[in-house]
Order: sequence, then structure tokens, then C-alpha cells
Amino acid sequence: MIAIYEDMDETLLLKSLRNGDEDAYTWLVQKYHTSLVRLALSFVQEARLAEEAAQETWIAVLKGLDRFEARSSIKTWIFSILAHRAKTLGQRENRMVSFSELDDVFDNAPSVNPERFRPSNAASSADHWVTFPSSWDRLPEEIFISQELFHIIQDAIAALPGNQRAVITLHDVDGFSSDEVCNILGISETNQRVLLHRSRSKVREVLENYLKLEN
Amino acid sequence: MAMTCKELVELVTDYLEGKLPDVEVIRFEQHLSSCDGCTNYLEQMRQTVRAVGHARQDVLAPQQWQDLLKLFRDWKNG
Repeated sequence: MIAIYEDMDETLLLKSLRNGDEDAYTWLVQKYHTSLVRLALSFVQEARLAEEAAQETWIAVLKGLDRFEARSSIKTWIFSILAHRAKTLGQRENRMVSFSELDDVFDNAPSVNPERFRPSNAASSADHWVTFPSSWDRLPEEIFISQELFHIIQDAIAALPGNQRAVITLHDVDGFSSDEVCNILGISETNQRVLLHRSRSKVREVLENYLKLEN
Repeated sequence: MAMTCKELVELVTDYLEGKLPDVEVIRFEQHLSSCDGCTNYLEQMRQTVRAVGHARQDVLAPQQWQDLLKLFRDWKNG
């Protein structure tokens, strides 16, 4: 639908929007609204508030079109507004999501349960696997695209701390580049990668436990 | 010094995202070549990333869209 906007130059897209082109707006909303709500859920608990944050974002976008200087892409601009709005709404819910690197000390848990490795002072094979992780290659491909696995992944992501959830949602669910994620959340590249690593490691562990039962 | 399994699992995202320094990539891949456990682990992480990438099925509900369209028309009519 309205595919012309997909390849349109951003300057032209911006011009269309400023001129009140309803098709351009429709395209943007269809493309990004559900992703905005998904990101908002990293900051607020209630679905209603996430929807509110996304709606307020579109209002802010429309009102800000004339002032937008295109120093970032339109997409990054829209998602930055959302992140800011959702964070504020989350504070009202007493939910604080911090991206401060200082706060990482509260979650510096290892990526893999240390009991899976031989002790560091073992005479041989120190810090090596006690038993190997299994290969998932023999599992039927359907498992990885099943509805059940989809729900397990959703729950695993929802259980993450907000900062990790925001990063994995943007980077791995919605396919944003690391640069875009950093700009949207206002974090350093290193911090982004630490949060991405922690979130992926946790989701992997959940999948491992589930696939063990399925096997 | 040779990389341990415990060390490798902390570097997987840096490796997959191409952010591991060259010297570390060599140690990483040397370890992989002799460790089936870590080879499986790396593959599990790859499959996790792929599966997470499929975790979006949400569509805009008609009512949601009506609300958003109204926002636009109100804005346009100033």
C-alpha cells in the first residue's frame, strides 16, 4: 500500500507531510505505530498508557513538522519523541527506566549460569562447559516460527528490565541499526551493546529451557 | 592465553555485531574450532536473534487507525 513513500527521499516525504498529504501520514502510521507502542511498553506497564504515548507522539510530530530540521532521519526523530514521552508517563506510574551506565552494576549477572562451567580453580578444563549446550539444528524448523515460541519470546522480552527491553525491541524485533538505537535512547554504543548482550543472553536461556522440554 | 568458554559467552554479541577487536576475533575463533559446546552456544544465540526478529505480528486495529486519522484531520484543519 502506498509503496511510493517507501523509497521516497526524506526531504520529499517531509514536504508531503507539511503539505498535509494524508497518504504520507497513513504510510508513516501504518509503518511505525505498532512499533512505537511496542517500544513504549519498555517504559510503561499499562497498554493504555503505551497507546497514549504513541498517540501523543503523532500529535507532537504533526505539530513539530515545521520546526523539524532533519538533523536526524524522520524515523529516529519520531521514535525519540516516543521514548521521551513514554519515559515521562512511566515516571507517573512510578516506573523508572534508567540508561545510566552506573545503574548497570545492579544487573551485571553473567550471561550464562556459572554452574554450567567447571570451577575457575579446577586442575583441568577450568571455566569450560560441564555439559555442552545442545545443538538446535536437529529441531524442526517449524518450532522456531510457531505461535507458542512467539509467545514465549514475547514473555521473555516483557520480563527484562526496561532498558534491556527497549534495546532488544528496537534492535532485534524492529530491526533498527545500533546507531539508530543509540540516537533514539540517547545512549553510548558500548552501553547499547552491553544491554543488547544481556537481553539476548536472557532470551536465549529461556528458549534453551523451553526447547529442552520440547525435545 | 587461550580463551575459556566462560569468557567466550560474554563476547558473543560483540562478535556477532562485528565489534570484537581483531586479536580477540582470532582467540574467539581459535576456541570455537576446538569446542563443540561453544559452537552450539554461538549457533543458539544466532537462532535466538532470528527468532526474536519474527516476534512481531501486531497490526493496527481499525479503531486505533480511526483515532490516529482523526488526529491528522484535526491538525490539518488547524
